[in-house]
Formats: sequence, structure tokens, C-alpha cells
Amino acid sequence: MQMRSLSTWLILGLTLTFLIGPFIIIIFAGASAGNSLAFPPDGLSLKWYLKVFTVESFRASFLLSMFLAVVGTLFALALGVPAAYALNRYKLPGDELIRTIVAAPIIVPGIIVGLALLRYLVVPLNFTVGMALFFAHTALILPYAVRVVSSSLNNLRSDMEEAAVLLGCTRVQAFFKVVLPNIRGGVLAAFILGFVTSFNQVPVSLFLSGPGVRTLPIDMLSYMEITYDPSVAALSALLAFMSVAIVFTAERLLGFSRYV
Amino acid sequence: MSDAFVRLRDLTLSYGNTVAVPALNLDIREGELIALLGPSGCGKTTTMRAIAGLLSPTSGSIEIDGRDVTRLAANKRGIGLVFQSYALFPHLNAFENVAFGLRLQKLPEAEIRAKTEAGLATVGLTGFEARKPAEMSGGQQQRLALARSLVMEPKVLLLDEPLSNLDARLRLEMRTELQRVQKETGVTMVFVTHDQGEALAMADRIVLMRDGKIEQLGTPADLYDRPETAFAAEFMGFENILRSEGRELVSDQGRVTVGYESAAPMLAWRPGAVEIGSGPLQGRVIASSFAGGHREYVLDTALGPIKADAPVSIPEVALGETLAFDLPEGTARPLFA
Ligand SMILES: Nc1ncnc2c1ncn2[C@@H]1O[C@H](COP(=O)(O)OP(=O)(O)OP(=O)(O)O)[C@@H](O)[C@H]1O
Ligand SMILES: [Mg+2]
Repeated sequence: MQMRSLSTWLILGLTLTFLIGPFIIIIFAGASAGNSLAFPPDGLSLKWYLKVFTVESFRASFLLSMFLAVVGTLFALALGVPAAYALNRYKLPGDELIRTIVAAPIIVPGIIVGLALLRYLVVPLNFTVGMALFFAHTALILPYAVRVVSSSLNNLRSDMEEAAVLLGCTRVQAFFKVVLPNIRGGVLAAFILGFVTSFNQVPVSLFLSGPGVRTLPIDMLSYMEITYDPSVAALSALLAFMSVAIVFTAERLLGFSRYV
Repeated sequence: MSDAFVRLRDLTLSYGNTVAVPALNLDIREGELIALLGPSGCGKTTTMRAIAGLLSPTSGSIEIDGRDVTRLAANKRGIGLVFQSYALFPHLNAFENVAFGLRLQKLPEAEIRAKTEAGLATVGLTGFEARKPAEMSGGQQQRLALARSLVMEPKVLLLDEPLSNLDARLRLEMRTELQRVQKETGVTMVFVTHDQGEALAMADRIVLMRDGKIEQLGTPADLYDRPETAFAAEFMGFENILRSEGRELVSDQGRVTVGYESAAPMLAWRPGAVEIGSGPLQGRVIASSFAGGHREYVLDTALGPIKADAPVSIPEVALGETLAFDLPEGTARPLFA
């Protein structure tokens, strides 16, 4: 009994250390009073947290990342919700294949996706870097959108739509008036998952960055190559807080974890 | 039959290559309450879905009120369907569920309000406007589904096993409720059931289906007293069905000689039509149960098991004892198929 509770505590302690440890380290590393990235920090101050907001390139890349995450996710949802609906409701020829293809970006390493997009989209088709990034992020989020929305569609009986049609709806109206309101939790969950995925995306974006067009994580990497100061840690901590806050709010409002 | 309101002509319905309903012909009169009765998988739901327009027929035609609607979209047919699962909209409250179809018609708000309130009142749900379906009992949900269809003033109201999810008491209550609503509104109603008691109690006419075909069509009295086939007889509670050959009654288990010769190839008796306590035939009691007004026996006889009801005036016979009985020609229903 004693042993058992001891090992339980040990496992719990280890798990927490690995989960929260890096987060704690980053928070403190960013709060250093010194000039180089170190842990434990040399003294405590908030100057690096404040400096983050004054770095011009951070501001630009934050806006780009924000744009990609919000608009890319909305785009992915605009494609993914109808796709999930069609896969769920109609027996399509080859729907297994479609399902596999849609899920592919989750399985294929991001670095390969990035390289492929660069090689076959940007170079031959003359896509601008911005367009390529947008395309890549939309494609990356799409599988999450399809998957999360599918699972809430599975819980929705199709006779509700038939009832709506018999009351005078067209199929399209039935979708907007009956289906969508009943899967909005799933759609919001997909949005949050897509947003976080896109925002934290490195490998794909790595290949698709150009002069002045960098997502925030890429920008942070290149910043670190030149300046090894704690502001990167401070920024990471702020971003982590943002993600946690979003997920926490969603969980509170909707029971987000039900849909993932 | 020029007075047919709903007319199904050679209606063939299939799923892929499997034909569920081959060439169905049926005429339903205006204001009639029709029961579609039959065992599971005989095509009742399939037929309803085709009438509603949710399933397009492979061939044949559907006419409603003198108009061919075979190719008309489901949302233009003016047909109401109450689903077995109710299919209420969980995100809308009772009022908005009922108002849903009226809003699509872009009626003035005051009219929507008046019609919705009237619809809710018809099914006894006044005061439940703000409830979501999940906050209502099974019976209330069912009545809500009914109101939602009724306010649309459908030409035909279809109900797919409307009572099957309800407990016995509520089921009886809803039976009368449905009949009342039908009389009040005069709507033509078709309801599906596989409960013969329900069909007998409610319907003006019963359509007994078997394997996608109509086995027999008639009034409850027709079906109850005068089933035409062994299938119909069995469905209507004629539990003893025997072949008649010369002066003998024949089953798969054996044969016995009786004092008459029937013109029909088969004879059927309800348990109550078997005469018990005296007669030329003998059976050993293998099961016996009290059923209120009478006692139900299962007898092991030369013809196999025979089910017989005895009036309570006859003293109870113990299991294993032998009982004399008769299968009289006078109480038998002759069957020709
Ligand atoms: N979606 C479907 N795909 C293929 N076959 C189907 C489908 N729906 C029904 N069937 C078949 O069609 C036949 C008729 O089915 P239907 O649902 O109309 O029966 P039912 O009389 O309503 O039965 P129940 O009393 O069980 O509801 C059955 O043999 C059934 O297996
Ligand atoms: Mg059915």
C-alpha cells in the first residue's frame, strides 16, 4: 500500500515535470535580468517581456501567423465542413480513399509536405511565398477540420434533416438551419485545434519563408541565430499562455475535450 | 375508385439491386386513417418514405389529390411525416420546433405565433413553449413532433410507428389522442405499426403487408374476422391453422379424423374458438396460464401443440392431465391460401 502510493506519486511527479517543466523553465528564462538566455536566470526582471513588443520583425511575423491561423483555419473549415458532411451522409464512390487522402497531412511529416509544396507549387507555378504559406496552412488544418467535424456529425441523426426537408427546407437550408447549429461545438473545436496547429507550425513553414515573409516561430528561430537574448523565451512563454488561455476558455464554454 | 386521394400505381422501390417493394398498388381515400401493418422488414417504412418523397421509386407512380407527384421534391409535396425517433430539432425549443415550417413559408409573425400556439394546444402542450426537446418526456416529444407536422396542414400525415417508444399506458392515451386529432382536422393519415391491436383499434382500413406486397386490405373487422390467407390469419391471432383433407385435419405432426368435410383447404381457429372440456379429440396440458377472463392452455395433441382458451367456469386442469376438446367446423375460419 505504502509502496503503491509512493510509486503513484513518483509517476505523477515525473509526468508533471515533463509536461510543465519546460513551461516553467521558459517563463523564468524569459524573466531574466541578464543579457543571455540561461536557466536559472541571473536575477529577475520583466524587461525581456516588454522588449518582445518592440521588436519590429516579431510584430510583422506575429500578424502573419495570426492571419494564417485565423483565415487559414476559416478556409479549411469552409472546405472541411462540407467535405465531412458529404463523407458522412452520402455513399460516395471511393470515399475510403478520400478519407485517407484527407488524413494524409496528419501522417506525413510536415517537413516533407513543406518540401513538396516548395518544389511543386512555389517554384514551378510561381506562387508567392505568402500564397504558398496560406495554401500550406489551409491544407495542414483541413484534416483536423474534417476529422473533428465528422465525429460530431456521427452523433447527429440524419432523420432530422429529412424532417426539415419535409417541413419545406431545401437540402442546403436544412444544412444551415438544422445541421450546423447542432455541430457548432465541433466546428468551434476544429477551429481552435486548427488555429493552434497553424500557429505553432514549424516544419512546413520553414521551407516557405522568404525575405520579410516569416511566420512567428520561424522568425523566432532566425532571431535566435543572431541574438541569443532571453526575449525569445519571453515570447514563447507569452504564446504558450495564449494557447492555454484559448483552450481553457473553450473547455469552460463548450467542453472542448469532448470533440477532440 | 375515383375517390382515391393518394394513389400508388405499380410502385416499385429498391435499395441498390434489392427490390424492397415490388409493384405496389394502393388507393387511400381523403380523410381516411390507414394502418400499414406487417412484420419487421416487410417494407412499411420504405413505402412511407416513398410517399413522402425521401426515396425515389424505381418505377410506378404516386398521385396525391389528383396530381402526379412521383418526381416532385419532398419539400414541395405538402406531406407530413412523424418519425419513429421524432427527429425533433434539439437546438430549438418547443415553440420554435413547431414554428420551423411556418417560418420557412415567410408568414407574418403574428400568424406564425397564432398557428404555433394553436398547434401546441391541439396536442396539449400549451405552457411547454420554452422547453427544449431534451427536457420533455417521450410522450411530450412525440406530441411535439405531431404538432410540428400538423401546423403545416399537410395533405397527408404519415406516422412511422408513432407509439412504439411509449409505455403501455401512454400508448393507449396517444391512440385516442391521434384519433381525436384526425377527426378534428380531417387529415388523411397513414400510420405504420406492427402491433395488430393498435391497427385494429385505430384504423378505418388496414393494409396488411408481407414481403413488400399487400397480403390483405380491409376494415379492421374484415381482417379480424375474415382473414383470407394463412399469413393474415396467423397475424390476426388465429393460432391454430390446419389443413383439411377429406374428413381429416392435418398438420406437419400428424392427422386426426373429424366429423365433417370442409370445402376449404385450410381451417383456422382462434384459441377462443376451440371447444374445451368435451369432444372427440384429446390433448395433454403442457402449459397453462391465467389471463383474467379465461385460462389459456397449450395442449399436446396428435396434431402438435393446440392453443385453447377455457372459460374460468371450467375447473382448472393440472399440467400433464388429459383434456378433451373439439375443433368444430362452425367456429373455424376457412382459408383458401
Ligand atoms: N437503407 C437500406 N438499404 C438497403 N436495404 C434496406 C434499407 N432500408 C431497408 N432496407 C430493406 O428493405 C426492406 C424493407 O425495409 P423497411 O425498413 O421498409 O421495413 P419495415 O416494414 O419498416 O420494418 P420495421 O417494422 O422493422 O421497421 C427490408 O428487407 C430491409 O432490409
Ligand atoms: Mg420501419
